[in-house]
Amino acid sequence: MTDVPTSGGGARAVRLVLPAHLRKLSRQSGELVLQVAGPVTIARVLDALEERHPVLRGTIRDHVTRKRRPFVRFFACEQDLSHDSTDDPLPDAVARGDEPLLVVGAMAGG
Amino acid sequence: MSGVRVLVGTRKGAFVLTADGKRERWDVAGPHFGGWEIYHVKGSPAAPDRIWASQTSGWFGQVVQRSDDGGKTWEPVGNQFTYDGVPGTHQWYDGTAHPWEFARVWHFEPSHGDPDTVYAGVEDAALFRSNDGGSTWHELSGLRGHGSGPHWQPGAGGMCLHTILLDPVNAQRIFVAISAAGAFRSDDGGATWKPINRGLRSEGIPDPNAEVGHCVHRIAQHRTRPDVLFMQKHWDVMRSDDGGDTWREVSGNLPTDFGFPIDVHAHEPETVYVVPLKSDSERYPSDGSLRVYRSRSGGDEWEPLTKGLPQRDCWVNVLRDAMAVDTLDDCGIYFGTTGGQVYVSPDGGDTWRAIVQTLPPVLSLEVQTLP
Repeated sequence: MTDVPTSGGGARAVRLVLPAHLRKLSRQSGELVLQVAGPVTIARVLDALEERHPVLRGTIRDHVTRKRRPFVRFFACEQDLSHDSTDDPLPDAVARGDEPLLVVGAMAGG
Repeated sequence: MSGVRVLVGTRKGAFVLTADGKRERWDVAGPHFGGWEIYHVKGSPAAPDRIWASQTSGWFGQVVQRSDDGGKTWEPVGNQFTYDGVPGTHQWYDGTAHPWEFARVWHFEPSHGDPDTVYAGVEDAALFRSNDGGSTWHELSGLRGHGSGPHWQPGAGGMCLHTILLDPVNAQRIFVAISAAGAFRSDDGGATWKPINRGLRSEGIPDPNAEVGHCVHRIAQHRTRPDVLFMQKHWDVMRSDDGGDTWREVSGNLPTDFGFPIDVHAHEPETVYVVPLKSDSERYPSDGSLRVYRSRSGGDEWEPLTKGLPQRDCWVNVLRDAMAVDTLDDCGIYFGTTGGQVYVSPDGGDTWRAIVQTLPPVLSLEVQTLP
């Protein structure tokens, strides 16, 4: 099941792809579509995600510092945005909903 | 007919093993939370169908799961463990000061009487409590703040608070153990704490008799004699008869006194079980022979228990939280191995059989005795 966007005043429909473990934890399958108000940034997308799925709080970024967990990465439009400020605007293609923001678990472990 | 429910945490998920009182035929359910490390799963004595699971991942951090139907279905609850006030620092491996950072929950200890109250022992070492069924967690910061906290150092597995004993008689008394700081006791419900390590001797630290710095692996207690404590230290099996104020070594004739778990028979307070390993640099059974050792005299005199356990080519470890006992008339003893086997002895250790042989490495094991 894919999340169906709801209409919101001035909000943008942003596509988000979560890693399998977080989709399962939040009982989602496939891509999510989140309504993001104001500038479309990683921080605002995650705010919208955690508002809708509180169980994901603390799994992508720290509860308090909001720092990205070390083995979580942010990709979009074939770029690694992990080290950018989470308050930077995301690429226009993400803000328009043409491309998704990908939350990725780094390849590591056994 | 009464039965048992064995709660197994592994490197790749949780498993629930159930049997009737004969403990011969087992139903194996799982993995729950497949792919995640499950450090500990434990049921509430006050409401046995309420079970807590610590679900952790190097990628996605800590999740706390709660079941209210005996482990059939689960709901995530609160996972925010924020240290009280300014966290401060502890010692790092290189001797520098290192900020306290939450990594994971190693152990849950549910209240004896209140299903909504549960304690969590975490890495970096601290004790948290929830009084609202796991929605929110609050640190009992008197433990870290009692004075020695800045001098604590991590063991090889991290600086973890891995043992929590809630005194079954004195509700104000709590024991905890931390690797590698030692054992601590509160007599006021967790508000204030003191180290209880007098008598421990650890050659691996600069002052072998230091007040803190000992690598305590596990402490066990019999519910009818809460002042008697048994400890498996990194090396040495120890005993206290005064609630931890003083300790004496009871390793006796054990072939080696290095190991992780220790537990007490449900009906015989002087019957104790350990799983000796060859050494701290090898961490497997001597000669590839898996032997549980039992003392019926509260220590000092030990006998090997081997019937049904592999006696050759066995090179597994048994971790500190991976042994438990049931309370059936014929007390059952259980343990899980890093090789993925879970063994049961339905006769107090005389004979053993494998319940499962091929689980992921077992991190923890608890057992509930059901009516």
